[in-house]
Amino acid sequence: MSESALCNKSPIQTDEALKTLLSDTGGKQYYSEMKSLEVDTSLLWTTIQKTCKSRIRTWLKICAHCGMCADSCFLYRINDQDPKQVPAYKIQSTLGEIILRKGKVNNEFMHMAMETAWAKCTCCNRCGMYCPHGIDVGIMFGYLRGLLYQQGFVPWELKIGAGMHRVFHAQMDVTDDDFVETFTWMAEEYEEDYPGLKVPVDKVGADIMYTVNAREVKHYPEDLAEAAILFHLAGEDWTVPSRGWEQTSLAMFAGDWEACKIQVNSVYEAMERLTPKRMVGTECGHAHRATVVEGPYWAGRKSGLPPAESIHYVEWLAEALRTSKLKINPKKRIREPVTLQDSCNYIRNHGMKEITREIMSYIVEPGYFIDMAPNREHNYCCGGGGGLNGIGLYREQRNKALITKRDQILNTGAKLVIAPCHNCWDAIRDLEEEYRIGIRWSFLKPILINMVEIPEHLKPKE
Amino acid sequence: MYDLLTGPGLWLSIGICLAGLFVRGVLYIKGLSWQLDRVAYTAHPKAGIKGALRSIFFWILPFGTRGWRTQPFMTVLFFVFHIGAIGIPLFLAAHNMMFQEKLGFSFVSMNQTVADVMSWGVIISAVFLTIRRLVLPEVRILSTPHDYLILFLSSAPFITGLICRYEIGGYSFFLIAHIILGEILLISIPFTKLSHILLFFLSRAQLGMDFGIKRGGMKGKGLAW
Repeated sequence: MSESALCNKSPIQTDEALKTLLSDTGGKQYYSEMKSLEVDTSLLWTTIQKTCKSRIRTWLKICAHCGMCADSCFLYRINDQDPKQVPAYKIQSTLGEIILRKGKVNNEFMHMAMETAWAKCTCCNRCGMYCPHGIDVGIMFGYLRGLLYQQGFVPWELKIGAGMHRVFHAQMDVTDDDFVETFTWMAEEYEEDYPGLKVPVDKVGADIMYTVNAREVKHYPEDLAEAAILFHLAGEDWTVPSRGWEQTSLAMFAGDWEACKIQVNSVYEAMERLTPKRMVGTECGHAHRATVVEGPYWAGRKSGLPPAESIHYVEWLAEALRTSKLKINPKKRIREPVTLQDSCNYIRNHGMKEITREIMSYIVEPGYFIDMAPNREHNYCCGGGGGLNGIGLYREQRNKALITKRDQILNTGAKLVIAPCHNCWDAIRDLEEEYRIGIRWSFLKPILINMVEIPEHLKPKE
Repeated sequence: MYDLLTGPGLWLSIGICLAGLFVRGVLYIKGLSWQLDRVAYTAHPKAGIKGALRSIFFWILPFGTRGWRTQPFMTVLFFVFHIGAIGIPLFLAAHNMMFQEKLGFSFVSMNQTVADVMSWGVIISAVFLTIRRLVLPEVRILSTPHDYLILFLSSAPFITGLICRYEIGGYSFFLIAHIILGEILLISIPFTKLSHILLFFLSRAQLGMDFGIKRGGMKGKGLAW
């Protein structure tokens, strides 16, 4: 079988291959090659036989076709209740059909499956909560993405993203040196305001090992500075690993399970090398899902847990506020209507609904916090989850998907949205750019920086 | 004919049903894989059991979940249908008399008026479930001949049963038809979507363990289904 130059079944393994694929702006050539990409039907069927076991097969078989999942899907609702957006239909017509045909599907079918898997499902898992049989279509779409990736039918940006993890152990071309230098430099920038502010690199046995999202290093270094400042003010014994600092996984969105394993192992190796008491990850939903929730399984850890106890930034922050490691200046609490975005990846899918609301109780003046409806584990996806934010080919579908969140926010009347998740933060920024509803959006760190009290001994000397 | 159907016929159909369900259950559990499913099923038994039980409990409770509460019409149809579909075969006085005579044991028998209401409930809800399939676009697109067959298979014994109950038409003909349809239903359970009689519990338990062990059950208050 002849393979095209850009769109093929081989994962990206080298920096050179990455650069070549990146230079194909918007994936123009990549998608044009995809039109003639052959489906290796025997590989597809063998893979299914090896990996599609009783859970997914039973889900597909016993689905009662009752349609109760329809209304649970924000994409169904926002697309004028198109029956083709019913979660059960979406999975039966793709994965279900591939299995029925024993893998014998063609290029056109795979294009349809790719669009369904990435533009019609954000793997938010909300439908799983509304099916009487307990069928989680989001999980099945995650599985389908793996099959599609293996066959080369994956959106251009995610092929690149997965390749980045293989080459850089990060979602972007940020090297370990870039990370350490940027973090250290950012701390130096603020040292005058916060005397003694340091970024301890590779400290063995610290209480906290902090991991980040590579785009903080590349595009939002302020976030790194804020993290350092808050750990510093809280008097934490913390460190960052010089290797294994990237918590995210675009490979998870791409369905590149091998790259997922490579990525998460780099973080686990850092944990094993530095033996921290705990790992704290940044304000990112999918990063937490990848490294803390799913990662142990990719790495083959039978306990289902990472090598060190691993918590999300909101858990650390709630604890720091609860135990008064960080003290809020009551006068600086938020005194305007404010709402909160529940990230699917750690609220619905890792049980932190009370934690984020506890934080709100410390930082918002009573009476000003307004929950979206629905909320907590029943909240809707931001509109850009599961990688959809980053896929140019499906921008139109993504922009439509944002309307759900736009209206949820509008209904609260709040002009400030706290979004402790990179993906949600992006989606909310984009919905403001697209629909201009006059809102502001923020991570927790910048809000905290403006309201925490600096302990006397950490204040700059005049 | 009656003796053949209620003797060996009954034993055979119950046997196929139970043995078939047993095999399906074993195959389901054997096919679970902690690494492929990404759920550490055995590593955290307490959280797993709690998650599984919560997941089953709230869903068998009428209006016990947000899903049930947001679709009250469907919820009423669902529970009326299922309560009758389980209650009548096991607890109808006429069935228990036959069980006692042919199988040597019987269950508690229910009041005839309650049984009438439940049987009519099954038929009426089956009619509405069929209408729902035909009318609602989001259900119609999913519906296959198999789905209609299941509705027919499971309501046919109730229709013939009520005809016998009110002695409309030839009693002995409808009684035989009723028994044959009941036995076809029993035999088809393991081979069709009716296997959900068992697999519902296993599938719900599995997702409950997934949320209970991996997706947050060991943090906070647990999922509000």
